Amino acid sequence: MTDSDILVEVRDLKVHFPIKRGVLFDRTVGHVKAVDGVDLRIARGKTYGLVGESGCGKSTLGRALLQLNPPTAGQVSFDGVELTTLAPNKLRAMRKRMQMIFQDPMSSLDPRQNIESILTEGLQTHGIGGSREERRKIISETLDKVGLPRWALSRYPHEFSGGQRQRIGIARALVLGPELIVADEPVSALDVSIQAQVVNLLDELQDSLGLTYLVIAHDLAVVRHISDTVGVMYLGALVEEAPGDRLYTEPLHPYTRALMSAVPVPDPDVEDRRERILLAGDLPSPANPPAGCRFHTRCPWAQPTRCADERPVLREIGESRVACHFAERIASGELRPHKVSVEIVRPAGEGEEPDTVSAPSEPGSFV
Amino acid sequence: MTIISGKKREKIDRLAELAAREDERGVSLWQDAFRRLRRNPAAIVGAVILAIFVLVAIFGPFFVPYGPKDTMGIREGVVKVGQGLIPGPSSEHWLGYDHQGRDVFSRMIIGARQTLLVGVVATLIGLALGALIGGVAGAAAGLGGRWGRMVDATLMRFIDMLLALPSLLLAVSIAALLGPSLITVMIAVGMVSVPIFARLLRGSMIVQSNKEYVLASTSLGVSKSRIALAHVLPNSLAPVIVQATLTLATAIIEAAALSYLGLGNPDSSVPEWGVMLADAQPWLGIRPALAIYPAVAIIITALGFTLLGEAMREALDPKLRK
Amino acid sequence: MALLEVEDLSVSFARRGQRTVRAVDGVSFTVDTGEVVGLVGESGCGKSVTSLAIMGLLPKQPGLTVGGKAVFDGTDLLQLDDRSRRDIRGRDIAMIFQDPLSSLNPVIPIGLQVTEVLTRHRGMKGDAAAKEAAQLLDRVGIPDPKRRLKEYPHQLSGGMRQRALIAMAVACQPRLLIADEPTTALDVTIQAQILELLKDLVRDSGTALVMITHDLGVVAGMCDTINVLYGGRVVETARRRPLFREPRHPYTVGLLGSVPRLDAGRGERLTPIPGSVRDLLPWAEGCAFAPRCTRRVDACVGQPPELVSAHDGRSYRCVNPAPPAGATPAAAPVDPAAPVDPAASVDPAASGEATSAGGQVPAPREEEKP
Repeated sequence: MTDSDILVEVRDLKVHFPIKRGVLFDRTVGHVKAVDGVDLRIARGKTYGLVGESGCGKSTLGRALLQLNPPTAGQVSFDGVELTTLAPNKLRAMRKRMQMIFQDPMSSLDPRQNIESILTEGLQTHGIGGSREERRKIISETLDKVGLPRWALSRYPHEFSGGQRQRIGIARALVLGPELIVADEPVSALDVSIQAQVVNLLDELQDSLGLTYLVIAHDLAVVRHISDTVGVMYLGALVEEAPGDRLYTEPLHPYTRALMSAVPVPDPDVEDRRERILLAGDLPSPANPPAGCRFHTRCPWAQPTRCADERPVLREIGESRVACHFAERIASGELRPHKVSVEIVRPAGEGEEPDTVSAPSEPGSFV
Repeated sequence: MTIISGKKREKIDRLAELAAREDERGVSLWQDAFRRLRRNPAAIVGAVILAIFVLVAIFGPFFVPYGPKDTMGIREGVVKVGQGLIPGPSSEHWLGYDHQGRDVFSRMIIGARQTLLVGVVATLIGLALGALIGGVAGAAAGLGGRWGRMVDATLMRFIDMLLALPSLLLAVSIAALLGPSLITVMIAVGMVSVPIFARLLRGSMIVQSNKEYVLASTSLGVSKSRIALAHVLPNSLAPVIVQATLTLATAIIEAAALSYLGLGNPDSSVPEWGVMLADAQPWLGIRPALAIYPAVAIIITALGFTLLGEAMREALDPKLRK
Repeated sequence: MALLEVEDLSVSFARRGQRTVRAVDGVSFTVDTGEVVGLVGESGCGKSVTSLAIMGLLPKQPGLTVGGKAVFDGTDLLQLDDRSRRDIRGRDIAMIFQDPLSSLNPVIPIGLQVTEVLTRHRGMKGDAAAKEAAQLLDRVGIPDPKRRLKEYPHQLSGGMRQRALIAMAVACQPRLLIADEPTTALDVTIQAQILELLKDLVRDSGTALVMITHDLGVVAGMCDTINVLYGGRVVETARRRPLFREPRHPYTVGLLGSVPRLDAGRGERLTPIPGSVRDLLPWAEGCAFAPRCTRRVDACVGQPPELVSAHDGRSYRCVNPAPPAGATPAAAPVDPAAPVDPAASVDPAASGEATSAGGQVPAPREEEKP
């Protein structure tokens, strides 16, 4: 990848939220380290998928990238322009090149404005389209792109179904002709049959407009479907980043493995044959993350050395980048998961075929 | 397998289209709320009461049979207070005379205008000041970052001070400061409701500021002041409007209470329901009706405002929308 | 005989000045002892209302009509008075809800909430109840159960709360457990934990489980029999493997085609169902799915489609079902807003192959690595 292919580059981005106590005088008693040192690069015209469970900081990262949450430290450069130090009015002008799609299509649309004023707002702000007619034309074209009828213009958000509202949200992002779209859980609030419509729409728009996406989602299947590169986040940091297919066939980080094995697949044969890597316990608090590798408290492969006291950095292994000290040794099967902290469950089949489960340490066998 | 015939398909498509678009133009939330308001019987009752009240207050004084200050009863010798003689309703004086021989019916009608004036002006004072402080504080707290939070904290401490004073004490102090008059009553009653409006609007605006559509506008590059005025404020107004309607009711009652305490217009010959109630007190034993008339009028009017306010609360509540 | 036999269950809400809403319309299904039965569908399909109606938990309000039968072990649950229904609830039938935080009383410690169930239905008191409660928490995998008994719901994580709720549900060894979207509010890794727990409980105790969910993946891994619901009706019933291998109802076909799969590649277009659930409005009569259906024919309009029973206990409500194995359900898209790509349509046979391929992902070998 040459530098001109990179649209967005994030370097060591940190977003810490202070925890405040006190009635009259706020006293900072600690920080929630929502994002704690993330490096990533998004190639022009490609889709970067960001997955992780709730509380891993993926949404905060997306917002910090767009400067909607001020980052605590680090740099974000968009097409060569450093955003973190940009003057407010210049940043506002930049915004038409990078847009956002939100999770909840209802709460992300102003309920008291009709679709026309929702879509016009951005145009007015950036002085695009001189007259009302010209703006109308741009808006109508955008409505066609997202598959909404013209009569939607005089309607209000509450008169649409969830899928249509999400289309309105996408239209609002598209109307300014952006290059980058950050989609924060774009389909998780929608019904299954509608999800597919929106996912396909995003795909089509990318093909026809050459958009660059950062798709943030908890649903690994959605992210894998839509992304060229997938980054997995755990407690504010990337633990693994790889091309979508590779991440799926050859996850290197123990957390990625666990995540992959936990996603239900709508296919009984797959479900019966797969083995689950069940993680023990819950996500630690991001206000007080574990020292060393953040995952070592739940990691089935955690080792007595290094894991608890040395924070792993992203290392390149093949096409992947992994933050694990022992990734190679785990992949080769040299290291075996602990029996104590993790339980590997082999669900019984329906009796139609015998249990053929490969040994737990054999890589690539978790689906 | 017969794939659907052309005619039938047309019919189906038309039906599906009809289901999707019941009418040509969209229905905004305000219109939607108004529709539901019209279907609510409580709102209708409240609106009818208030319509009568307002009509009487505006046009009534032009049609009253007698002057409100005309002490005709004493002049004609019909009213002899010393002997406990205050005649009740008759065909000429529908509600009888008061202790000074004035026609109670005329005074009630003219009092309606005074009462409405006090209620509306007091509420407007409270609403204007409260909404200004609350709006600035809310916008500052919701969108303004660190400086905004400081502005908000300063304004809110001032509001807290207002809130800490008992409302009646506050009103009495203001009345004492400005001297008893109708304007004093309006200001006093208005000041009491300032913190309520301020806190309400501020809270509502902070909630709206955290909604995703504000973030969406920010990401479009819209300026903060425009977001505050075009998005946050309109969406925060519903509870304030409801509160204003309800405050009209309490303002009338509180104004009556202040007048009763003698903080109102010192010239008690100008009729006002609260003053009339106060004036009737010594004669409760002889003719309790003198107190009952204004009391019932105040209660019914307040009820009208309350019914309408509660109905509006229901109509504007987004949770109850289907 | 089946443990629970729901027959022609219908629930309708009538509101003054508005059209009567038929939330559930003639739903029938059976649950055998020890069986895991899935009720699958999207929001508004009536799956939750069905379970609430069976449990008698629908809020009593004017205009609510519940019809049909729900026979549990010989008694019709819908005919019971409140008292005997309460006796059955918790003791013979228990329920797990989607949101564990709102299902637990926030001001009472977990322990007390569990022992309450034990006292009410099993007559246990004092230390015995506390001991049993600790054992229950231990059984559902809550670490250090004795200490947890004294804690309040907000002190537990989402997964732990759901475990506590499951502990309460299984406290009396019920014969039927109804789980309404038990994992929807949870993260995937926690969801996997809870699903394994439910599987274990069902296997160990022989409890029958009714699993209500929108997630086809969850159903594929857990259920023996699956009922697909749409617009308040069961549109297809089948055993697990036949359903996924060979869906017959166009809605089931569409649903399977809409789900992005973890084992599918990048760029494979999904086959969405056009339109939205709202499109059912003018279709009071006839098949509720017809406005969105790509296989719509004349007979779809007019009256509700009959239940067609096929071999091996499967049945569907469709006059023009998707042909069995090998054929591609292709037809003109109904809604231009969501074009259907015929080339990418779900082919049951092909997806079966993709599946087996997905199941045997080539294990990465050491030599592939640099």
